[in-house]
Amino acid sequence: MRDRPVIFAGLLVFVGLFTFPLWYGSATKTSPTAPDIKLPAPEKAKQCVAPLNYMRNSHMQLLVNWRDEVVRDNQRQFTAYTGKVYDKSLTRTCLMQCHTNKAEFCDRCHSYAGVSGPYCWDCHIEKPLLARSTP
Amino acid sequence: MKITRKVFLQLSGLGLLAVVGKKAVRAITEAAAPSAKTKTTKRWGMVIDLGKCRQEAGCVDCIKACNTAHNIPQFADRAHEVKWIWNQPFETVFPLVQTDYVKQGYAGHPIPLLCNHCANPPCVRVCPTQATWKREEDGIVMMDWHRCIGCRYCMAACPYGSRSFNWQDPRPAIASLNPDFPTRTKGVVEKCNFCEERLARGQSPACVGACPEKTLVFGDLNDPDSEPRQLLRARFALQREPELGTSPSVYYLV
Repeated sequence: MRDRPVIFAGLLVFVGLFTFPLWYGSATKTSPTAPDIKLPAPEKAKQCVAPLNYMRNSHMQLLVNWRDEVVRDNQRQFTAYTGKVYDKSLTRTCLMQCHTNKAEFCDRCHSYAGVSGPYCWDCHIEKPLLARSTP
Repeated sequence: MKITRKVFLQLSGLGLLAVVGKKAVRAITEAAAPSAKTKTTKRWGMVIDLGKCRQEAGCVDCIKACNTAHNIPQFADRAHEVKWIWNQPFETVFPLVQTDYVKQGYAGHPIPLLCNHCANPPCVRVCPTQATWKREEDGIVMMDWHRCIGCRYCMAACPYGSRSFNWQDPRPAIASLNPDFPTRTKGVVEKCNFCEERLARGQSPACVGACPEKTLVFGDLNDPDSEPRQLLRARFALQREPELGTSPSVYYLV
């Protein structure tokens, strides 16, 4: 029972060290800045296929739905909330009509958020590769 | 209220009867429904007129058109070959159709081959992930490369050698990329898709349009007035290995 002060002192040191990242971060206020993304050029497109907040949170779900609908159900047209109809195509619609700057938009935010890369681009063709395509 | 044994048995008997009756009604209505649906389905098929084909003279326009439309890699090593439409000598394609004097006719003649889009495809039966499946509305044997795990059961099952495996990254071996179609990746199986992406836009398959001799005729085999059906009515045609019961949708006029 005489060791009680030693035990509690040790516990205190342990908890302090264990939570170090939390209180250090809040003390020095080194929360990282937002990712430096570049929005698509305004002459390309003013409106996304879905509202901003939905796209921010759920674009991956939208793309997976598009994929399943095109490949499995042969439904290739997407009617946006604005009433405009789009082709469900990653390269043709997302990349070529709007986000021509994939490296400065998609990739920057993904690396900021620690998303270890969706493997869409292992097969779907992105811009640097298009330079190799026939004119 | 106290339930006697007699009443209990009567009630449970009635309950059982109700369940059986409901199941019977459902089974009858479900059996009746699909017959109305199958009337509207198509079955895409192809008729290849070997008399018109000039592959003997070195024409490979159909193969080239397919390769560029679908980003098909060209590997120097034949063990890594990826093919959607290709050719093989007549005697290896139709080994049972040979006669003693076949040499006068088609011996050594290259025959264009592609996926047969069988009515009863063995590749679909063996796929453990349903990455390949038969599309009910038009009979195309489809592939979902997102879902393929590369087990190659389908390659073992296909009696026609229509499927190829990507042993290595295909991208460096693609001469020119078509942005309208994805490439594949290492570790998936691929095959002819009857240009379903072009059919969706109302176009005919790339190989059909590329042939200068109109050798390949594409159409709906379920429509008795379609072009392939008219040809099949008028002339004698071969299917590859029909005895296997796969019922290919690709026919060869000899």
